[in-house]
Amino acid sequence: MTLAPIDWLIMLLYFAFVLGIGFALKRHVKTSSDFFLAGRSLPAWICGLAFISANLGAQEVIGMAASGAKYGIATSHFYWVGAIPAMVFVGLFMMPFYYGSRARSVPEYLRLRFDEKTRGFNAISFAVMTVFSSGISMYAMAKLIQIMHLFDSTLVKLNLPVSWSFHVSIFASAVIVLVYIFLGGLTSAIYNEVLQFFLIVAGFFPLVMLGLKNVGGWSGLKQQLPAAYAHSWQGLGSAHTNPLGVEWFALVMGLGFVLSFGYWCTDFLVVQRAMAADSMIAARRTPLIAALPKMVFPVLVILPGLIAIALPTPGAQSVNANSSAPILASAPGKGLIPAKVDETTGAVKLDADGKPVLDYDLAIPNMLIHYFPTGILGLGLTALLASFMSGMAGNVTAFNTVWTYDIYQSYINKKASDEHYLWMGRMATVFGILISIAAAYAATRFNNIMDFLQLVFAFVNAPLFATFLLGMFWKRTTGHGAFFGLLLGTTGAAIHHGLTLPVGAVPGIKGGWLGSIHTYPSEMAQNFWTAIWAWSACFVITILISLVTKPREETELKGLVYSLTERPSEGHLPFYQRPLTLGLVVLALVLLLNFIFW
Amino acid sequence: MGLDIRLPIGAFFALIGLVLSGYGLLGDRTIYQQSLGLNVNLEWGIVLLIFGLIMAFMGRKTAKQ
Repeated sequence: MTLAPIDWLIMLLYFAFVLGIGFALKRHVKTSSDFFLAGRSLPAWICGLAFISANLGAQEVIGMAASGAKYGIATSHFYWVGAIPAMVFVGLFMMPFYYGSRARSVPEYLRLRFDEKTRGFNAISFAVMTVFSSGISMYAMAKLIQIMHLFDSTLVKLNLPVSWSFHVSIFASAVIVLVYIFLGGLTSAIYNEVLQFFLIVAGFFPLVMLGLKNVGGWSGLKQQLPAAYAHSWQGLGSAHTNPLGVEWFALVMGLGFVLSFGYWCTDFLVVQRAMAADSMIAARRTPLIAALPKMVFPVLVILPGLIAIALPTPGAQSVNANSSAPILASAPGKGLIPAKVDETTGAVKLDADGKPVLDYDLAIPNMLIHYFPTGILGLGLTALLASFMSGMAGNVTAFNTVWTYDIYQSYINKKASDEHYLWMGRMATVFGILISIAAAYAATRFNNIMDFLQLVFAFVNAPLFATFLLGMFWKRTTGHGAFFGLLLGTTGAAIHHGLTLPVGAVPGIKGGWLGSIHTYPSEMAQNFWTAIWAWSACFVITILISLVTKPREETELKGLVYSLTERPSEGHLPFYQRPLTLGLVVLALVLLLNFIFW
Repeated sequence: MGLDIRLPIGAFFALIGLVLSGYGLLGDRTIYQQSLGLNVNLEWGIVLLIFGLIMAFMGRKTAKQ
C-alpha cells in the first residue's frame, strides 16, 4: 500500500512533537532523581495515563485484537478479571510501601525489606527482561511495517532496496526513543506516553465506530458471530465448553490473581510511573485513575478483532456496503482475517483438520486499511506506531533506572557523584537500546530464541507476587525465605512446564521436555496452571524457610511492612477524594461490566 | 515539572484536527466510499480540533495562575 503525503505529514508531525517534548524537557533534568524519577513531581492524572500507556505496547494492541478475533468477548477477562482488581490492590495497599519507603525502584524495595541477594536476583532478571522485551517490540513493529509495505514506495523513490524497510523501521524507532529519553529521562517518557494515550484513542475510536456502523451495531455484531463469542463467563464451568479452553478456577486464580497481580503490582515498568507522582496520595491514585480508562479499553482493542472476524470476506457476495474496500491479504481467510501462508511455498497453512490457519495478528492492520481512507489512515497508523514506541520506551526507562541504581551503584561503583549517575543513566539508555536492536535482529534469525526467552521470563515472573505479598503483609518473612522462595518458585514453574503439554502439541518449547504427565485443553490453561504452581511453591517455601530463619528487628521494618506502618492519613480529604472511595467505585464498575457481558 | 503537558498535547491535536478537516473539506470526496460514505476526515478532524483547543486552553489557564 502507498501512503499519501497527508498520511506522512501526520506521522511526521507526531515524531516532531515527540522529539520536541524531549528537547523542551532537557533543561529541567539536573539531577539523577529528575532523570530516573521525574523528580517525583507529576500529578496523578499524568502518571495514571502513563501507567496504562506504558503497558499499551505491541502485545496489547495487536495481541488483544487478535485474541478478540480468536476467542471473542472472553478476551475481556484480561481486563475485567485480570488488570483492574490488581490495579486497585496496588493503589490501595501496596503503594504506601513503594512510595512511602522512598525506594527508587522495585528491586530497591526488596533490598530495604529483605536483603541484597533478593534485590540482585530481581534486578538482574528484570534488567535482562526489559531490554529483550523492548527488542521484541521493535522487531514486531518492523515486521508489521514490512508486511504492510508502508515504506516500500518511498524506498523505491529513494533508489533503495525494498528489503531495507525492516532496517529503516528499527533504526528510526530506536533513534526517536533514544533521543527523547536521553534528553528528558522519565518525565519525557511519561509525557510522551500521555500523548500516545490520547493518540491511540483518537486513532482507534473512529475505527470501532465505523466497524460497528458497518455490522449494524452491537446487536448486529452478535448476530454475525457464534453465540460463545458474545459472552465472557458462559461455559467457563469446564475447560471443554468455552473457546479459551480454561475453567473458571484457573482463570480467576491463574490469570486474575497470580499473573495480573504479579504484573501490575510488582513490575517496575508500571510501578515506576506511580513512583514519579508528586505525593503519596497522587501515587495511590495513579493506578486507580489508570483503571478507569483501562476498563473501557476492550472497546478499542478487542472489539476491532470481533468486527474483523464477523465481516463478510471481501470480494464475497454480500449486501455489505464496503466489502470491496482493500485489505492486506492474498490468501482466503475469515472476515478480514487472512490465512497464514507458508513463506517459501506460497501455500496456505492448514491445521490438523484441514482448515486454514488464520493470521489473527493482522486484525488491526486490516481494519485500518479497510475502513480508513487517506488522511485518517495516517492518524490510525501513527497511533499504531505510537503504541509500539510507548511499549519500547517503558522498557527502556525501567531498564536504565534498574541498571544504574540497582546494578551499577550497588555492585560496580558505589560512591560516585550524582552527576556521574545521571551520566550513567544516559549511557544506559544508549546501550539498553543497542542491546534491544541486537535482540530484534536475533529474533529475525532465531525465532525460537524469542519464544524461549519469553518462556523464561514467565517462569521468573510467576512467583514474584507471593514474595511481595508475604514481604508487605507478614513481618516474620525473612530475606532467606524470600530469596529461596523466588528461586524455587521459578524452578517450580519450569518443572511444571516441563511435565505438561497443551493438547495437540509436541514436546519442546511448548512443554513436556521432562516427559508428559498431564495434557491441558489449551496453551492458555497450561500457562495459568504453571503460574499457579509457581506462585504456590514460592508462597509455601518462603513461609517455611522464614519460620526457621531469624527475622529482622521490627524497628528496621517500619514503613516496609503493613502492620508496622502508620496508615496514610486521609481524614482531611472529603470522602469522595479518598483513594479507598475511588477504588470501590472502580471495583463496582468492573463488576457491572462482568455482569453485562456475562 | 517546567512544562505543562497539556500545551503540547493541545497544540498537537489542534494541528492534526486542522490538517484532517482541511483535507476533508478540500480534498477528493470519492475516497469516503471506503468509510461507509462518511467524510471521516472532516468530522473526526473537527472533533480533534476542539479537543486540542480545550486541552491547550486548560494548560494555559493553569500556567497563568
